[in-house]
Amino acid sequence: MVETPETNPRGTAMNAPEVEAWFVREVLPLEAMLMQYLRHNWRDQSDIEDLRQEIYVRVCQAARKEIPHPAKAFVFTTARNLLIDRARKSNVVPIEAVSDLDTLGIAVDTPSPDRSLIARDELRKLQGALDQLPPRCREVLILGRIEGLTGREIAQRLGLAETTVSEHLAKGMHALTDILLRESIDLKRRT
Amino acid sequence: MSATETDLAAADWLQRKTFWAWSEGDQAELDAWLNAADENRVAYWRQSAIWARTERLAALAPAQREMRAAPIPQKPRWPGILRAAAALGVIAVLGGVTAHYVTQPRYLSYSTTIGGGETITLADGTLIQLNTDTALRTRFDEKRREVILDKGEAFFQVTHDAKRPFVVMAAGHRITDLGTKFSVKSGNSRVEVSLLEGRAEFESASGGKPQSAVLKPGDVVVATADSMKLTHKPEDVLSRQLGWRRGVLIFDNTTLANAAKEFNRYNRRKLVVGDSTAANLTIVGTFQANDVEAFADVAQFVLHLKVQKRDQETVISR
Repeated sequence: MVETPETNPRGTAMNAPEVEAWFVREVLPLEAMLMQYLRHNWRDQSDIEDLRQEIYVRVCQAARKEIPHPAKAFVFTTARNLLIDRARKSNVVPIEAVSDLDTLGIAVDTPSPDRSLIARDELRKLQGALDQLPPRCREVLILGRIEGLTGREIAQRLGLAETTVSEHLAKGMHALTDILLRESIDLKRRT
Repeated sequence: MSATETDLAAADWLQRKTFWAWSEGDQAELDAWLNAADENRVAYWRQSAIWARTERLAALAPAQREMRAAPIPQKPRWPGILRAAAALGVIAVLGGVTAHYVTQPRYLSYSTTIGGGETITLADGTLIQLNTDTALRTRFDEKRREVILDKGEAFFQVTHDAKRPFVVMAAGHRITDLGTKFSVKSGNSRVEVSLLEGRAEFESASGGKPQSAVLKPGDVVVATADSMKLTHKPEDVLSRQLGWRRGVLIFDNTTLANAAKEFNRYNRRKLVVGDSTAANLTIVGTFQANDVEAFADVAQFVLHLKVQKRDQETVISR
């Protein structure tokens, strides 16, 4: 990238596309590690998803003002602060239980795990993820994603109500996202 | 709403948008939902990013089917489901265009090298994504926003401002934004404009007689020095054609010759197809634009061609 500015058009307030691009590129690949961190450091496992979401919202709100560098340190610091906040408020977990990043072995400057993976490994990963879905969700997603059918065509093919197909698609997409984001740690170990 | 409920709601919006009829009213509803809470927006970003990733994975599936059809025994994993998602054979455009414009000091220049890609966000919120080997200049003042595409390909997501029109110039042709997302590819005096959302006006300099057309979503206009042609493509075809925005090339029954040309836009190590029999074989699948190796593997193991590596090039032949 060559930029030859007299005045830089960037450097003004971040807007949504830029925050989104940063979030997708830098934050999402950390999800597997973040979930592991939350599970280790928070007793009530039913809170974990909400905590993750709260962390994402906080880091994106911060990124709107300025994109944090490096992302990893920022995400885990945000996570730790949130856990401390919550622990104080709810009095459920002693603050000491919130481990230091160092003791967890999370190096804040190592490259994210799965950016350099080539397509063939990713295909294997997707097959693995699809295999974990409930059969109906999997079938519907395969017809939609690989055969390229519309929702209506899927309903006709399988003889299902359109609302049912809709539900399976949403559930399948939701589950697939969780699986794909959370298995990246295993991939890192393998490579 | 719990995080899981929000995630499910995001997935539901995305499947509605992806698989069912989608109107402007639906889009307005989705926008309202996204704007209602940061939780919603972040959940939707997360969902759609991963979904976009599954697109390129799914498109790899046909290559697996080809492997199964080959004499090499393979374990079928997805029997009967592996039909190619309709993708577009992209016509490769090589080489640069001579700049027709005198560079003025007020222009800001942006460029990428072969294999490069860059996204820039301008002060007005407009996003421009540069593909491989691309050069453009921008000039903004109170009255107008002007971009000159000197060579290559770029995607524009324009923040509309009625008081300051957004104009892209490419090889003498002019695209004026009316609130829109579109891509422009320019090379060898050929300009191709694909409109994804909104509207834009295209004014051609073809053949000395000015022609113009208002482009709607799905419209693709191809203009050369002496002709201008307007066609229409389905939205999914257009979005696959823009696979480069995610760093991938999507082939659907594309000849090896054209696929090689396309790869050569992105890589210094050139693919050479040695004979016409090989050149006319067709290929289906999605590849990382910089992964010539994966492509050579498919040629070797699926199409049973010879692959020879030389200094600066990889030769594929019968």
